[in-house]
Parts: sequence; C-alpha cells; structure tokens
Amino acid sequence: MASRPGMCRPMVRSRMSKSPKFIALALIACTLSAPAFAQQKTEVKAGSRYHIGRAPTADEIRGWDIDVRPDGQGLPDGKGTVAQGEKLFMDNCSSCHGEFGEGNGRWPVLAGGKGSLTSDNPVKTVGSYWPYASTVFDYVRHAMPYGNAESFSVDEYYALVAYVLYLNDIVTDQNFELNNKNLAKIKMPNEQGFVMDDRAASEKAFWQKDPCMKDCIAPVKITARAAIIDVTPEDGKDGKPRGVE
Amino acid sequence: MSKMDSPRQSRRSFLAAGAGVAASVLAKPALAGGNPANQPPNVPEWTKSLGEGVAVRPYGKPSKFEKDVIRRDVEWLTASRESSVSFTPLHELEGIITPNGLCFERHHGGIAEIDPADHRLMIHGLVERPLILTLEELKRYPRVNRIHFMECAANSGMEWRGAQLNGCQFTHGMIHCVQYTGVSLRTLLEEAGVKTSGKWLLVEGADAAAMDRSLPIEKALDDCIIAYKMNGEALYPEQGYPMRLVVPGWQGNLWVKWLRRIKVGDQPWHTREETSKYTDLMPDGKARRFTWSMDAKSVITSPSPQAPIRHGKGFTIISGLAWSGNGKVKRVDVSLDGGRNWWPARLDGPVLDKALTRFYYEFDWNGEPLLLQSRVQDETGYVQPSKAELRKIRGVNSIYHNNGIQTWHVQANGEVENVEVA
Repeated sequence: MASRPGMCRPMVRSRMSKSPKFIALALIACTLSAPAFAQQKTEVKAGSRYHIGRAPTADEIRGWDIDVRPDGQGLPDGKGTVAQGEKLFMDNCSSCHGEFGEGNGRWPVLAGGKGSLTSDNPVKTVGSYWPYASTVFDYVRHAMPYGNAESFSVDEYYALVAYVLYLNDIVTDQNFELNNKNLAKIKMPNEQGFVMDDRAASEKAFWQKDPCMKDCIAPVKITARAAIIDVTPEDGKDGKPRGVE
Repeated sequence: MSKMDSPRQSRRSFLAAGAGVAASVLAKPALAGGNPANQPPNVPEWTKSLGEGVAVRPYGKPSKFEKDVIRRDVEWLTASRESSVSFTPLHELEGIITPNGLCFERHHGGIAEIDPADHRLMIHGLVERPLILTLEELKRYPRVNRIHFMECAANSGMEWRGAQLNGCQFTHGMIHCVQYTGVSLRTLLEEAGVKTSGKWLLVEGADAAAMDRSLPIEKALDDCIIAYKMNGEALYPEQGYPMRLVVPGWQGNLWVKWLRRIKVGDQPWHTREETSKYTDLMPDGKARRFTWSMDAKSVITSPSPQAPIRHGKGFTIISGLAWSGNGKVKRVDVSLDGGRNWWPARLDGPVLDKALTRFYYEFDWNGEPLLLQSRVQDETGYVQPSKAELRKIRGVNSIYHNNGIQTWHVQANGEVENVEVA
C-alpha cells in the first residue's frame, strides 16, 4: 500500500530530482509505495505546481456538497415526520416502489425481507440489508425521485426517509420526526452485516504455482444448458441468439 | 507431441468416458452464398462504377455488412432502460481495443448530455487549496495514456446459478478496453494539496443518478486517471463525456462518469453504491464490502454461441480474452474436454497491466463435440477458479465478481451452447 500523501509526496518529488542522495532517501522512505509510483510524475520538478484552475467559492461548494456520512457529517438542517413522508411517498414514490415499499413490477423493493439474507432468495431492502440510515438520506436526496432528482426540499427529504424507516419498522411512531440531530443515531438492523473484502485470505487456494494440466478431474458431463432456459434475446426467426449472422 | 496432436487425445478420452454426446456427425462447411454475378469469373459491380468520394462520410462507420456487430441489451434484466446495461459484442471483436461505439454501457440515470462549457470539476474537502476546473483547464495538466479494461462488477452475474444467457456478449460483455488519455488523479490531488488527515475520496458524477463512491487515497494516488479521451477522441456521452474517472483493475462502478466532484475526507461515505449495491452477499448472510478489484478472468470469444463453427472440421482457431485487475496476464490454458486436460494458449499482441489480453489456440478439429474452457493465471499467481470452486466459498447470491471458468459446448454441427459441467 502507498504511504499517505502528506508523508510521501515530497519524497516522491525528490526521487525525481537528479541527486543520488535524494534518490536513496526516497527509496528508503517510500519502499512500499515506490513500485506503484514508478511510472508517475517523471516530468514534474520538485515542488512544482501548475496554478491552473481557481478556488471554488463557498457558495459553489455549498451547492454541490450534499453528501452525508454514517456519523451524520453533511446532514443539512431540517426535519420531517413519518406522517408528512407518507403523503409525499404516496404522491411521488409509490407508483414504482408500491404503497408499502413492496415494489411494483421490477422496481426496487424498499421494505421487508427481514431474516431472508441466508435464504435461497434474499430480499435486500433498507430494513433487511442497508447498514446506515445516512445512506438512505444521501441517496434519496441525490437521485430520487427517479427522473426528477433533487426536486424536493430538505425537510421533504427528511420526511420521506422517515417514512421509509417506518415502512421497515425501524421507527414505529407515525409522529416520529427525523432531523439532522437524530438521523445518525438510528441503528439499522443489518449494520453489523458487512465484512471487509477478505478474498486474499478466504480464497487463498486460488493462488497456485503450477496449475494442473493433465487428468485434472474426472471426465465431466453437462449439467446445465442455457438453451433450455431460453431467456436470451433473439433477433430473427431462426431462434438464434442475436448476433448470429 | 505436436500441438495439433495433443488435443485429439484429450477429446478421445473425454468421449470414451461418455459425455453423452454423439460424435459421429461431422460438421459440414457452410455454403459460401452471395451473388455469383459479383464473383469470378465475372467483374463485380464495385469494380465497374465509382464509389463515394472523400468526406461523403465525415465520420466513418463500419461496413453495412457488419450491421450485426452492435451493443445489445437484455430487457428483462432491469426495470428501466435508463438504469440498465448493454453488452459489448465480444464474439465479433479481435485484438484488445474495444471500438468506442461498441463499449458496453451501464447507466443509473440515463446518458447525461453535458455541454463541456458548463461542466466543472470541483476538488474540495481535506485539501489545502480547493480547486474548480473547466475541461480546457484540465487539458492543460500533463497527460497520460493508459490502456485498461473496465469491467462491470456484475459481469457474468446472471450466471451464478447456472448457465442462463446464450452468448459471450451476454455472459461476459460488460467489459471494454480502450486507451484512455487524461490527467493522473495524483497530479490534481497534489495541486490541491491533500491534508495528512485525507484518507478517502468521494467521487461523484453529474448525471441524474449523481453516482458517488468512496475511493481510498492509496488507489487515488497510485494509478487513477481523470480521462477526457478514449481511443484518441473525446469520450462518448455514454462513457462520461466530458470526463470520467479511470480506476485500473477495479470494478466499473467506481469509474464515475460525468465526473464533477472529488471530496477528500477521513472516512468512507458508505454510499448506496457501496452498501445496497456492490456488496457481495455470502452464504452466512454477511456481505463483503469494498470488493474493489476484479480478479483474473478469461473467456473464449470464438467459437461461442453467437459465433458457431461454420467451416466444418479442419484447422480451427480458438480466440479469447484474458484479464486481471491485479496485474498482467501470465498465461492462459485452454481445455477441449471440460477442464480435464489443458494446453497452453498463445498470447498475441501486447500484454499490459490491467488490460485485456488476446489469446489463441489453434488445432485441427475432427468434428467431434468439445467442451471448451479457458483458464488464466495472472502475474500474482492467481489461477482463475471454476464456478464450482467459487460457489463453494460464496454460494450463489453474491451477484458480483463472477470470474468462474466458462464452458462452451461445441456440437458436431458446429453450433455452440453455454453449459455447465460437473
């Protein structure tokens, strides 16, 4: 892994200088990160900046800086109740997501699915799967309603999120008010349901020195056929998958 | 043992063991077809008359006879065309570079049509000097050119439970590989001056989905690019015009298109696209998060269900692609008997870091059925696993990161089907 930028950056720059002394220093300090940077920055002199572009104004940042973290960083001042959210949801969301978040057709299911994650057909919803309430607020405010994003007020987004939490029994009081003070305190049922990528350890067997070349397994038989499932789009009358001449 | 001889033996043992397929019917060469009036000894019409002049086609297109080489989608996969995917026609392509117009698409809010004059890239958060740039300003920074594959985390995801879609366009076509030109993300982060507390980046798009993901600073400073050209020309709108993030080796979702904002922070954001989506559910009900890199994978692109063998028995070319998000392809092996025996394939063309690599295996087909597979090993020593090996660890509900070995059943008549074997 590379070092943190603040620690490594000046040394990478000096590595690019012609001084052997600095090269040696940089290699010692950045041993781990050096290979990754080997192709980088060959033209930049130590300490150089380009002075291209300008600083954004506070207003410019404010307009776009609407992301929210699990610890509540980024939550805007505002509030909304479950009851307020229910009305907004019926008018703006239920046509796709269903009146109870059950999802119409193939549109996403927002509620339910509790205890289904180890079943053959897991139902991954806000209540059964999502680890943080902040994500619901962040996503809905960024991207919903689908096709009319960023069209509601902050208070309306709080109300909508409150209602989605209510649909999932995460809050149970119709008069519950969600706001920038309490959103980050809400515990989601599946917060502990996630582990960091562990492929390097759990799939260690996939690293092999010499893969088997001869008589590796017993003779095999066909166990499943896509043509029988027959869900591939077809172009013409001959029933061949599209793309066949 | 010559290359032409060795596969025959494997087929014999495979057939002798009784794979349940008839071997006696030999494939017949397809008829040449066409219009005899244009064929020898006649002089064809295009020899007797002038063709179109220069600049009649100011932006060239493929021959009209290649009209089937197109992106395709599978309508039942998603609820909406604007949050959906189309597939690269891998079965028709060669080499390692994907033509811009054929690169698969994955949008979450449709294709944003952005006037570059109005587009801005903002860098802020835990930086010494917040920055806002126009496209023209971005182009004044030193440029880098890199060829990398971009693979959707869900590529082959429909195949977790078994063989489903019949064609490598559909099973493996959520991938493209182009040469990107742009600015090293490191250059811009140095210009902005990341504070020592800056450990993560939020990268966000300007489209209707406002796609946002958390990117660790180590990767951001390593090999990421903010690209504005692909294969030499401006990004196509469906690929993020006027600028996108390039995150070599990592799942396509992180390659934020229409990139408008980079915020430096000290923790990940746990956005929708790294909690609800792009987390991989395991059999115990827990899910892996932040499964960024795309492991080594390969597929035979021809023959394949959309590219059957039409020439009958005789000299036959197996063509395929291999890649790894963890480095260069070291070797590819090909099996004709469903993974029982393997022969080294020939890598042809450049073998680049985190890029598609073309392989070939040529042999003399005697017309008997085959169970074709390819298996890649990357420079870390990782060997592409079978689907059974993957399922043993992950179950069948992880959706993403299916890099299991693909099997094509070549029948005696040359038709090819997506199958599973055991």
